[in-house]
Parts: sequence; structure tokens; C-alpha cells
Amino acid sequence: MTQRGESAQDVRLAAAGWLEKSQRLDWSEADQAALDEWLGLSLAHRTAYWRVKDAWSRTDRLRALGASARDEQAPERRSLMPLFLKFAAGLAAIAVIGIGTAAYISKSAARTYSTDIGGRELVTFADGTKIELNTNTIIRTRMTTDERIVWLDQGEAFFRVHHDSAHPFVVYAGSRRVTDLGTEFLMRRETGKLKVALLQGRVRIGEADGVSRGTLLKPGDEATATALSLVVKHAGAGNLENEIAWRNGMLAFKYTPLSAAVAEFNRYNRQKMLIADPAAAKLTIYGTFPADDVEAFVDVARHVLKLHVAHEGGDIVITR
Amino acid sequence: MTAPDLEAWFVREVLPLESALMQFFRRSLRNRADADDLCQDVYVRVCEAAQKEFPHPAGPFVFAVARNLLINRVKRDQIVSIEAVADLETLGISIDEPGPDRSAMARQELRRLQSALDQLPRRCREAVILRKLEGLSYREIASRMGIGEDTVSEYLTRGMYAIADHLHGEGEKP
Repeated sequence: MTQRGESAQDVRLAAAGWLEKSQRLDWSEADQAALDEWLGLSLAHRTAYWRVKDAWSRTDRLRALGASARDEQAPERRSLMPLFLKFAAGLAAIAVIGIGTAAYISKSAARTYSTDIGGRELVTFADGTKIELNTNTIIRTRMTTDERIVWLDQGEAFFRVHHDSAHPFVVYAGSRRVTDLGTEFLMRRETGKLKVALLQGRVRIGEADGVSRGTLLKPGDEATATALSLVVKHAGAGNLENEIAWRNGMLAFKYTPLSAAVAEFNRYNRQKMLIADPAAAKLTIYGTFPADDVEAFVDVARHVLKLHVAHEGGDIVITR
Repeated sequence: MTAPDLEAWFVREVLPLESALMQFFRRSLRNRADADDLCQDVYVRVCEAAQKEFPHPAGPFVFAVARNLLINRVKRDQIVSIEAVADLETLGISIDEPGPDRSAMARQELRRLQSALDQLPRRCREAVILRKLEGLSYREIASRMGIGEDTVSEYLTRGMYAIADHLHGEGEKP
């Protein structure tokens, strides 16, 4: 027993319980608040939670093991990576099939929409609002005649909101709230960070529960919010176009460090790349690639940047 | 120090020491639960210190804390004689040897993940595989396995617990 009277095994089990619960689609803001409270109680809770979260996220790499892990188990044969294959069609196919999006017409009520790694999905609402989900994203929506609310629980989405001053459109992401004033904008949620890029119209970004009016963004603005800070820079509409290249199944890089480009590819693909060389990580890259075409990117690394590329246990390791 | 910084530091610098810490504790403590408790205490103390300033390098500091806590513990409970608190050197635990190259680490990581998966109870393992490899929803896992969603939750919680112990800790059943 520790001085707090909780055994480490109890704390670890509780941490695993929280982590498990947080993965569920019905995870709410209230649940998040309860978790935050539990974490705030002691460093023992926090370290146990970090510990189990790290282990669980590392098991994502099990996907790289794929078949071998399943072969011994295999409850039944089924395609291992249906979404990946669906999107592995390549650029030409994407152009032909019109991004393989699925449209939903939803009249009201709460709903959850999600995409897997490499997935993309366009959701169209009765009011004409369109939300496009990028890879590995979860949103919940409540669209009624009285209110229009979206929770961005994970990932990235592009919003094209049909303006209606009588019914403001509100997006919650963690502790932040974004209110639309007639608009096209992009929101991307990462660990401890939220990015909002505004292409057209106006949005206001503030605290989820705050009474303050928040900060008004202009077209071309990009805001980065953490729990404690909000930074707005004017990137210019031209630069923001790169950030929505994914809507066409593409990733655009402009003098982007290789490390950042690889991180971006890894968001879309189960086959992960890693750069095992700090000097290589700093090289910059310029160009546009199909988001699911790891091989095209690897070719550039190999033949243009003259890097060494090796396949290691399902992953791609890049060195000088 | 912000919380995300502390978490990142803890995961990067401290967690990888857990298996060495557990070896160290298990020399003096028979009971796995006691060793787990001490490990938790070490994490708390180390993070308290890191909230003010990150100890650098982390390894020697973590083991100094571990040694003090173990000595106090042994004294308090008179578990074993104080001489049993061996020096790290005599245990042959190296905390700062240069790591293997990255690709070897990637292979090693995959092997560890595979063995973490292998040691799970069969049904629990099945749930983890359906969730992690196939990315199925709770409902889909429940219907595939013929169990309730609550049971899926329970399997996944137990799976997370066991995988964390296996990846960070001793890498074997106590």
C-alpha cells in the first residue's frame, strides 16, 4: 500500500478502466470532466494513466504484424484492412470514383460519424451544411430545428456551414468552442492541441464553457489553441489550401521537414514510416502526393533525396 | 512545466526504466504487489521533482529515488536485512548503456508486442485483436464474440492492464 492507501495494482486497473471508457463512442464531455478530476487527484493516478495509455497506443503497431498475430487466433477469416484497401486505389481511381465519399442526409437527432485510418467521409445535413471527415476522425452531431451542435472528439474535419443567424452552428473540441458566423473552416484536434483554419466567412473561438466572447478569426487566419493559450497567425488563404489538400486525397508539402511529412503520411496509412536519422529528418520536401501512396513518397526519398529505405517488420525505416 | 511536457518526459525517460526498476525491487521483495507499489511511489516522487525541473539525465535520479524508497521500505517492514539492498552494479542492471540501433529496436518492439498479445487469456486476446487489428466497434466485437458490450469493455480493460505490465514491466508472468 502506498501512503494514499491505494495499491498500485488498484490504481493501474482504474487507469485501464478510464482509458477503456474513453475509447467508447458514447464518451461525453461529462465523462472527460470526471476523468480530469480523477487524474487531478494524484500523480499516482496520472502516471498510471500515462503508463497504460502509452502501452495501448504502442499496440497500434500490432497492425503491422497483421496476419501473423491473427493466424493463431483468427475467429474467422475476414479482410484485415478493408478501409485501407478501399482507399489504396491510388490517385487515378480516386479521381474517377469521386473520392469514394458516402453522403448522409440526416434530419435531426444525435449521431456519431467516424472514419478509420486512411478513411474520408462527407456528411451532408438537412440544412445544407456539409462536414468532411479526414482520416481517423470521430464527430458527434446534434442537429435539430433549435440547435446545431457538433463535437469533434478526435481527428480533423472540414466544415462548410450553411449560415442561419437564428440557429448558430457550434463546434466543441475539448475545452474549446468554435462558433460559426457563415463559413468554411477546418478543425484539427491533436493531443493537447486544437487547430482552426478559416477559409471563408467568420468564426469565433472561445472557451467551451466561457462567458467571454472569444476571438474572432478572419479568412486566412489559423488559430492554435492549447489548454492555456491561443495563438492566431495570418497564414493567408493560399497557404491554407495546402492544409485542405486531403479533401482531394492529396497531401501537399511546401518546404516541409521530412519528419513532419512522414508524420502526416502516418496519419493516413497503417504501414508506418519512421526516420531513424536526425539529419534526414531535417531535409525539406516540396510536392504533392496521394495520401495513401506511401510508395510514391518512398520513391522520392530514395531517388531524389538519396536516402536509404528499408522494410523492417512491416514498417519502413528511412536512414541516410 | 506543463502537464503534456511532464507526460512526454515521463513516457520517454522514466517508463523505459520500469523493467530495470522491477528487477531491482524483486531482488528484495518477494511480493509482486509490493514491488508494484514501490514502483508507483518512485513515479510519484520523480514526477514531483520533475514538476520543478526535469532531472537530467533521468536514469541515475530515478534509481537514487528507488534505492531510498526501497531502503525505507525494508527498514520499516523489516522485510530483509539492509544488506539485501544490492547496488545496481552488482545486479548487472545498466541504466545508461547505448541503445541498439533504431531498426533493431523496431523489430524488438514488434516482438514484445507480439508476446504481450500472446500472454493474454484467449477471449481477452480475441477482443483486443478485433479492436486493435480489425478496428471493429464495441457492438461488432460483441456480436462477433457472442457476448455483451459490457463484457467487451471488461476484456479490453484487462487487456490494457496486462499489456501495460508486459510492455513496461517484467515482461513475464509473476
